[in-house]
Amino acid sequence: MTASHATLVPVHAASESAAVPLPASPSAAVSVRGLIKKYHDHAVVDGLGFDAERAAVTAVVGPNGAGKTTTIEICEGFRTPDAGQVRVLGRDPRVDAAELKARVGVMLQIGGVYGAITPRAALAHAASLYAHPQHPDVLLAQLGLQNASRTPYRRLSGGQQQRLGIALAVIGRPELVFLDEPTAGLDPQARHATWNLIADLRQSGVSVVLTTHYLEEAEQLADHVVIVDAGSVVAAGTPAALTAAGEGDVIRVRAAPRLELSALQKSLPANATALEEAPGSYRVTGGETASMLAALMTWCTAHSIEPTSVVTERRNLQDVFLELTGKELRP
Amino acid sequence: MKTFDVAAQPGAAARWQRVRAHAALELQMMLRNGEQLLLTIILPVGLLLGLSLSTVVDLGVADDRISRLDVVVPGMLALAVLSTAFTGLAIQTGFERRYGVLKRLGATPLSRGDLLSGKVCAVLCVEAIQVTLLTVLGAVLGWRPSTIGLFIALGFIVVGTAAFASLGLLLAGTARAEATLAGANVIYLLLLAAGGIVVPAAELPEAAQSWVQWLPSSALAEGLRDATIAGSVNSLELLVLAVWFAAGAALASRYFRWD
Repeated sequence: MTASHATLVPVHAASESAAVPLPASPSAAVSVRGLIKKYHDHAVVDGLGFDAERAAVTAVVGPNGAGKTTTIEICEGFRTPDAGQVRVLGRDPRVDAAELKARVGVMLQIGGVYGAITPRAALAHAASLYAHPQHPDVLLAQLGLQNASRTPYRRLSGGQQQRLGIALAVIGRPELVFLDEPTAGLDPQARHATWNLIADLRQSGVSVVLTTHYLEEAEQLADHVVIVDAGSVVAAGTPAALTAAGEGDVIRVRAAPRLELSALQKSLPANATALEEAPGSYRVTGGETASMLAALMTWCTAHSIEPTSVVTERRNLQDVFLELTGKELRP
Repeated sequence: MKTFDVAAQPGAAARWQRVRAHAALELQMMLRNGEQLLLTIILPVGLLLGLSLSTVVDLGVADDRISRLDVVVPGMLALAVLSTAFTGLAIQTGFERRYGVLKRLGATPLSRGDLLSGKVCAVLCVEAIQVTLLTVLGAVLGWRPSTIGLFIALGFIVVGTAAFASLGLLLAGTARAEATLAGANVIYLLLLAAGGIVVPAAELPEAAQSWVQWLPSSALAEGLRDATIAGSVNSLELLVLAVWFAAGAALASRYFRWD
């Protein structure tokens, strides 16, 4: 993390990356401190820490290989960390596994359902493992799976399999739900059904921790966003706090492709940067809005460049992510 | 339809309920699988009819139907156990592992003990169907086993099931699903052809006898023959099965991979 990014870390990520992590919070739904997991001497998770509050939706976002799934699977008790502290509902996921399995719902990235089994049979089986389960028919209807309820799992579409995975995670009326990429590959309608369910869970006081590739989803759905890159947290906070941090707005410009940006860069205010996101699509960010805009217009006039569109807007999470990691996060 | 209320109300079902639910699911999958039914029902029944009614295969006994039934019925009971407790269980468990079913269930209140109990219950249910079919069919053809021997035979079936199930789980928990599928079927065919199931080990060529008699298939078939023909307990065969079980269970609990 570079110095200019430090202002973009509103919550506790700075202290969590310190050598001696604070103790994990027993009152949070999930609390992770100084987590390290290595495979073949390579730290996939490297000093990662965050808190997921109860009765809130926490989104863990980051590129593939950032360590999201490994972190979640350590919280779920599937993997043992090499170092660090993890508390789930105030308990240790390895030591108190039996207790947590009754209180926590888990959706894996892979389906985990036998190919010949129908959604109805899978849900009926799952329901009978819990004391006060949700009724399978209610969940099938809520997730728009009624018409597929008698189709063998292997013949369901990817989106249907995904939604069944979510249904299996919540059927036991858990206090906390882990959803690993719950909306990856869903069509807009199915995604909305899933968002509604997550909103219902939150409304009812259930804690949700999800991973996602879709930053706009995190922005709309989550109370708290944890941005992970290369095994550690680069920023965490509410979507509003994350997008408000940093100076100025984002200026999006459409003009001819392949402009000489290094030349533009010299004319811009000190902290501002210009980038061609896609051919002909530019973004200028990092400085005070009015002075960036003035410098941009002056430069365009001097070089006879005609922008077809200039828009200033508040940063979205996609912008914040790009600034922090230097990477685009595209679904 | 009930209203949708997602408020938390966590809790695990009682253990017996979890085991029953899982046994029912495993049983449903075993009975639905067409290829499995070929191995578990059609082949043992077909062989029972063929081997007792025709004298093409030399079983080392007099060529009358009753003498042949005394050898064939216990052999087919052993084949039933092999097909369900080993081949069927291994293939099903292998694919459960491959599809992440075991992993996902690991995040639910279904403990590993519950899972195993459910599987064993399902295997015993299928075996109950097989044993009923085979003994009734045998009786219709004229098979008259020792009455006390039938109870001894049940004991052998339980111990044989334990031995084959531990070996099946060892295979399913260590090999890839495709390898398990192939391996479980090949082992089934080899043991069927030359494992003391159809032709007793004592009737095989001498070179083969010395090691075939130590196979679990031969131990089970011979134990069942001694029980049903003479009403006696063959403790050597029982010991052989117990050793296979101990070895299989020890290795499976050590090396079984859940994902």
